Amino acid sequence: MLELYYLTAHELHDLLVKKEISAEEICRAVFDRIDAVEDKIKAYVTLTRDKAFARAREIDRKIAAGEEVPPLAGIPVAIKDNMCTCGVRTTCSSKILYNFVPPYNATVVEKLEAAGTVMMGKTNMDEFAMGSSTENSGFFVTANPWDPDRVPGGSSGGSAAAVAAGEAITALGSDTGGSIRQPAAFCGVVGLKPTYGAVSRYGLVAFASSLDQIGPFTRDVTDCALMLNAICGHDPLDSTSAPRDIPDFTSYLRNDVKGLKIGVPREYMGEGIDPAVKEIIGQAIKLLASLGAEIDETTLPHSRYALPTYYLIAPAEASSNLARYDGVRYGYRAEDARDVVDMFMKTRSQGFGPEVKRRIMLGTYALSAGYYDAYYLKALKVRTLIKQDFDRAFEKFDVLLAPTAPSPAFKRGEKTGDPLQMYMSDICTLAVNLAGIPGISIPAGFVDGLPVGMQLIGKPFGEGTLLRVAYTFEQHTDYHRRRPSL
Amino acid sequence: MTEYETIIGLEVHVELKTKSKIFCPSTTEFGGDPNTHVCPVCLGLPGVLPVLNKKVLEYAIRAALALNCEIAEYSKFDRKNYYYPDLPKNYQISQYDLPLARNGFLNIEVNGQTKRIGITRIHMEEDAGKLIHQGTIATSPYSLVDYNRTGVPLIEIVSEPDMRSPEEARAYLEKLKAIIQYTGVSDCKMEEGSLRCDANVSVRPRGSREFGTKTEIKNMNSFKALQRALAYEVERQIAVLQEGGRIVQETRTWDENKGVTLPMRSKEEAHDYRYFPEPDLVPLVIDRRWVEEIRATLPELPDERRNRYIKRYDLPAYDATVLTATKEMADYFEECVALYPNAKAVSNWMMGDLSRLLNAHNMDITQCKVSPRQLTDMLKLMDKGTISGKIAKTVFEEMFATGKDPEQIVQEKGLVQITDEGAIAAVVEEVLAGNAKVVEDYLKGKDRAFGFLVGQVMKATRGKANPELVNRLLKEKLHSS
Ligand SMILES: [Zn+2]
Repeated sequence: MLELYYLTAHELHDLLVKKEISAEEICRAVFDRIDAVEDKIKAYVTLTRDKAFARAREIDRKIAAGEEVPPLAGIPVAIKDNMCTCGVRTTCSSKILYNFVPPYNATVVEKLEAAGTVMMGKTNMDEFAMGSSTENSGFFVTANPWDPDRVPGGSSGGSAAAVAAGEAITALGSDTGGSIRQPAAFCGVVGLKPTYGAVSRYGLVAFASSLDQIGPFTRDVTDCALMLNAICGHDPLDSTSAPRDIPDFTSYLRNDVKGLKIGVPREYMGEGIDPAVKEIIGQAIKLLASLGAEIDETTLPHSRYALPTYYLIAPAEASSNLARYDGVRYGYRAEDARDVVDMFMKTRSQGFGPEVKRRIMLGTYALSAGYYDAYYLKALKVRTLIKQDFDRAFEKFDVLLAPTAPSPAFKRGEKTGDPLQMYMSDICTLAVNLAGIPGISIPAGFVDGLPVGMQLIGKPFGEGTLLRVAYTFEQHTDYHRRRPSL
Repeated sequence: MTEYETIIGLEVHVELKTKSKIFCPSTTEFGGDPNTHVCPVCLGLPGVLPVLNKKVLEYAIRAALALNCEIAEYSKFDRKNYYYPDLPKNYQISQYDLPLARNGFLNIEVNGQTKRIGITRIHMEEDAGKLIHQGTIATSPYSLVDYNRTGVPLIEIVSEPDMRSPEEARAYLEKLKAIIQYTGVSDCKMEEGSLRCDANVSVRPRGSREFGTKTEIKNMNSFKALQRALAYEVERQIAVLQEGGRIVQETRTWDENKGVTLPMRSKEEAHDYRYFPEPDLVPLVIDRRWVEEIRATLPELPDERRNRYIKRYDLPAYDATVLTATKEMADYFEECVALYPNAKAVSNWMMGDLSRLLNAHNMDITQCKVSPRQLTDMLKLMDKGTISGKIAKTVFEEMFATGKDPEQIVQEKGLVQITDEGAIAAVVEEVLAGNAKVVEDYLKGKDRAFGFLVGQVMKATRGKANPELVNRLLKEKLHSS
């Protein structure tokens, strides 16, 4: 049997309810693992050891008292450090929030608490979720557990690496342009970005409000369904959260894709995609076809505008969302300011890293008088066209299939000198955020010992169908069972 | 010399008196220790989200309907971006290109004529906080911030440039205040900042069709200040043009002490607010049935009430306009006439002594100690002849100062009118005897002498003698002698 820290949540749950292990033992196993590998991985910004053990013991008391505990009770989770945790520092991996302790929980944190999970700590990320490698963290770089010289992806690299390295069983990330799916692919785990509005954003420190969405990292599709059950649902504190009933996502875990229509957008299999990745996706297509799925090529004609559209809308929203970090009320404040304007400028100059500044400038420019129509407004129109591409594709297909990222994890420092190269690593994922639809990345193979992810894209609120296809694929492959040797 | 025409448009901010703020549950109560009426949402802490208070929308629609606006079927919120320490997010949630309401109007009276002033638009937004300084902002070594007002709901009401004089602007603002107060959605207190007004002013040669360059005037904190500031600014602009100069498009601030407007920032320094749709709020699709439900609950508004007063109580138009200028005044009037049918007498007292005393003490009618019942009891005492009109003035002043019933004051001060014919006759005899010269003058035909004698009798009775009796008795005695 695998070590406890490498099991899935549902496996651990079975052991817990059979009383073969306790939540405290699970917690200890994971913290021991953290102590053993964290120096190498650096997944966490903050660890919440004492709280975690107290919580694990509480779960154990419930089990001992004969209470029926929910499926995620006692399961160690890692939370990306852009979700507010009451009384626990929440930094967004930025110097400007290095000392910010929220007096409130994000709704997802409340929901996970209600589900009985045990929070291990807060994970590293690209500063304010801006990046694709976690190299933009204001604190330190996180390593890919499969090859510490490589990046874990980003921006939720800490959460993905923690799950891959056995430093957490599941984790939460946020995905604005691929920030869950791409690191999931790079780290060989399952990562799902839900439909916009499926999960409350209350307490998620905003990067781009119309694109941000919280979602889970897990070791398999079953755990993914369990996490979705825990975090989805309408929240009166988030006006953009959808007022609709949520299904039991585990009901979609069926080993059956017969008759399902799967489209493969040719734009995601063309130029810029590593041939080895194409090869793996091709094999996955063959496997699904052999299981009875009807697979055909399709087209998303406006795909090539997704990147420029994204890099107008997301920075525009970010330039406004990040305006509040001015040193007046909380977080970092520069010393020796002459007056309030000087304080604003020094605080922001010293507090933000280069990528955040670049995007604030880009966004400010795009919204400026005289440029708004040409940039921001135009981008909104193209966004509608991109969404219509998907609508049209979904008239014919139940699910779309594509690589998650154009290549496996790249080397540390390989793309930091060229922002455009870095942006390109999200070309397969950006459009999904612009369209507000769900996407999942699951382990689909390996190239030179590095995991490769397959992305499945669904209709709005079509997470269930994504889980069904992913689960079926998982039942016929073993990529999700592989663990890095550290 | 060229004659100039004045063009004025007003932008008015009105605070809505909902219990909680526009996007969070914090209280809107005025006052409170600094930063106690706040929560993570109105403090703009990382990760929080706004949720629209439905009551704010209802109140805004109510005000817009009272101002004859069309309510949009589809409206949205936008972010207005600018950096200022009293603005926790460094953007204000406001409405830009799709405001809640458009195309309204209200009527003002100009030289006895009704003039319609157009209302371009009404939108909702959140208020900012307040900076507190030691001394002035220029000399204080630090700024303190109080976020209690942050997120208090506001509506901004933008007029058409339809006003042609500072007096019209004032009449517009007064009417606007009355209408909003009638709807019950705001107190509209300029002193407390729940009604604020900026003005756009320009002048042009009379007959010209094009607008002149305008300036925006800020910091006018009373109706009087508005009128003074506009009068000053109009004169200033005309003077500049007459000297061959050009008006600079700029924002100017009214200096109440110096009585002048001063440049604040030029057009070049104007903010680029970088408006864009607020992604944290969903667009508003406003149900027509709900709008009609709100319309059905609108109270009688000042114009309707005024017309009713003219018809029902037979009041002069001037009286009806003054009495209905505030809802409180009109409510007071109606309570009075329910107890006492002589509407004109009530009106005279309200517009006369009552208003004079309120103004002198800088009070409004809600702070008045004299209840409608007490005022009408006093009028009844006059009708019964217990007190004369002259004594009533004394009694009323005492009522105003103490809140006592008129009967009690009359008793305590011995102000009951003397109606005993014998007692007055005796005084008349005395006066005639002591003023032989005057009596002689009267008998020679000097009418004025009669008035003097009446005065002497009143003086001797300390004003309490029934004036009609004094007149009759004096005449009788004089003609019989
Ligand atoms: Zn609040």
